[in-house]
Amino acid sequence: MATVREFGGAPGPLDVAAIRKDFPILARTVRDGRPLVYLDSGATSQKPRQVLDAEREFYESHNAAVHRGAHQLAEEATDAYEAARETIARFIGGDPGEVVFTKNATEAINLVAYAMGNAATADEGLRRFRVGPGDEIVVTEMEHHANLVPWQELCRRTGATLRWFPVTEQGRLDLSDLDDLVNERTRVVAFAHQSNVLGTVNPVADIAARAREVGALTVLDACQSVPHMPVDAAALGVDFLAFSGHKMLGPNGIGVLWGRRELLEAMPPFITGGSMIGVVHMEYSTWAEPPQRFEAGVPMAPQAVALAAACDYLSAVGMDRIAAHEHTLVEYALKALADVEGLRLIGPAEAVDRGGAVSFEVEGIHPHDLGQVLDDRGVEVRVGHHCAWPLHRRLGVLASTRASFYLYNTTEDVDALVAAVRAAQEFFGTRG
Amino acid sequence: MQLDAMYQEIILDHYRNPHHKGLRDPHDAEAHHVNPTCGDEVTLRVALTPAQGEAGLDDRAVVSDVSYEGMGCSISQASTSVLTDLLIGRTVAEGLRTLEAFNELMHSKGKGEPDEEVLEDAVAFAGVSKYPARIKCALLGWMAWKDAVAQSLEKEGV
Repeated sequence: MATVREFGGAPGPLDVAAIRKDFPILARTVRDGRPLVYLDSGATSQKPRQVLDAEREFYESHNAAVHRGAHQLAEEATDAYEAARETIARFIGGDPGEVVFTKNATEAINLVAYAMGNAATADEGLRRFRVGPGDEIVVTEMEHHANLVPWQELCRRTGATLRWFPVTEQGRLDLSDLDDLVNERTRVVAFAHQSNVLGTVNPVADIAARAREVGALTVLDACQSVPHMPVDAAALGVDFLAFSGHKMLGPNGIGVLWGRRELLEAMPPFITGGSMIGVVHMEYSTWAEPPQRFEAGVPMAPQAVALAAACDYLSAVGMDRIAAHEHTLVEYALKALADVEGLRLIGPAEAVDRGGAVSFEVEGIHPHDLGQVLDDRGVEVRVGHHCAWPLHRRLGVLASTRASFYLYNTTEDVDALVAAVRAAQEFFGTRG
Repeated sequence: MQLDAMYQEIILDHYRNPHHKGLRDPHDAEAHHVNPTCGDEVTLRVALTPAQGEAGLDDRAVVSDVSYEGMGCSISQASTSVLTDLLIGRTVAEGLRTLEAFNELMHSKGKGEPDEEVLEDAVAFAGVSKYPARIKCALLGWMAWKDAVAQSLEKEGV
């Protein structure tokens, strides 16, 4: 069935002032009355009233445990939950049956890794998910720990070998050994759509095509892409795609694993328990069809409803316009930061195949100390290794400072960032 | 601007010109501690001298040297530098009491009233305790010291 997707919205630039009015938190002040300059959406986004209202409305009017019970509230709650699944599926170009709700993207990736771990000991019908000695799993050096550690652990449990794409000095994936790295021994290729540190957008189609050639499964970490650009899961050519609700205006506690239907249908469960079963006997149980097979326990219906409201909000603004807006901010930020003496950008210096995360280091000032001065001026950024420790090691950086943008940010926010960096240099006496 | 309250001149001085830095021998034990949120690290060695009349080490042993290498923010580096000033020449028992006082100050949420007699330059870190994210930074070297002392006592205890 073809899915209809709308990234609608009026043409032209965003009305950021109007958008900001929907986010109550953006009006508050921090640290002795400083206006909040929120540049940490890569970690988590702020939420518009529409999303908060949707969650509250569910609790106030329809709250019940979904897929259980036959009373009216249970019916309404189940309808709301499944309608949310449809909205979210449409948002990423998938079918509702391909959308599994998880706690977050980390759990979604673990779901695949553990299902594959189960398959290693299970019956012949599951052999396409089986991983063992001699098999290889390929990741990249720029992965968030969430898309690295689960694969390290799968290798440790099964005896498979972990390999990875290196990262160039410019912060791009080095694909020169693509055909060697992804070979007939490769069972999984797991990689980020967009780096949470570098902002680099990776060439998904090239990697997915090679993986398909050798029969390897692809797992795409879309945490930093689905919130920020139009993403069509089916068109990307990957097998699995994971993202978190809280990074895309949605609530905490909900993430999504999208998987190709035939794979989900064949895949064994990760977490077992209530409502993921077919029949249960004392001796054995059978599994429900996906997506229920992967949603044991009472699911997070209020959060699903709120995440659907977030998708509606983003669609109404227009994902293509949001991507364009962030592109403008990144171009502006790259230029402004390049003018700061003693500042070194980490990641591509040009706004080409590059999203709205800008990381950097400032000579003579540790990121923790820099973040402290920025915070004192109301500029809230991320400092540390951003859950990408191997990437920092690769680039010879102990830790970095990251500003990340979203639809509610402005060029004035970037100006505040640059001014705060200069103030830190002055405070620590590293520059005039 | 609350920054000046946090980045006291004493802290910045220790950061720019750290005391007793560099790894030295002899040493009884070495500990390597890492702050997993930012990757800051410190490698710290202690050398202990048995109390008079004792062959082995106990909590009356004297901290004859503390040496370290580290990478990290001003708070973690300055705090380790201050630690060496405070603890070299003290007994292990005194050192542990100082650590306890410093730990308490760090968890005081900015409301601590540090005893300057005990903590000396370390009182400058009172302002850091207002920022929960930075407490680990301030304690990094101290926890490594505690670890290295415990290892020494375990190895060569009486």
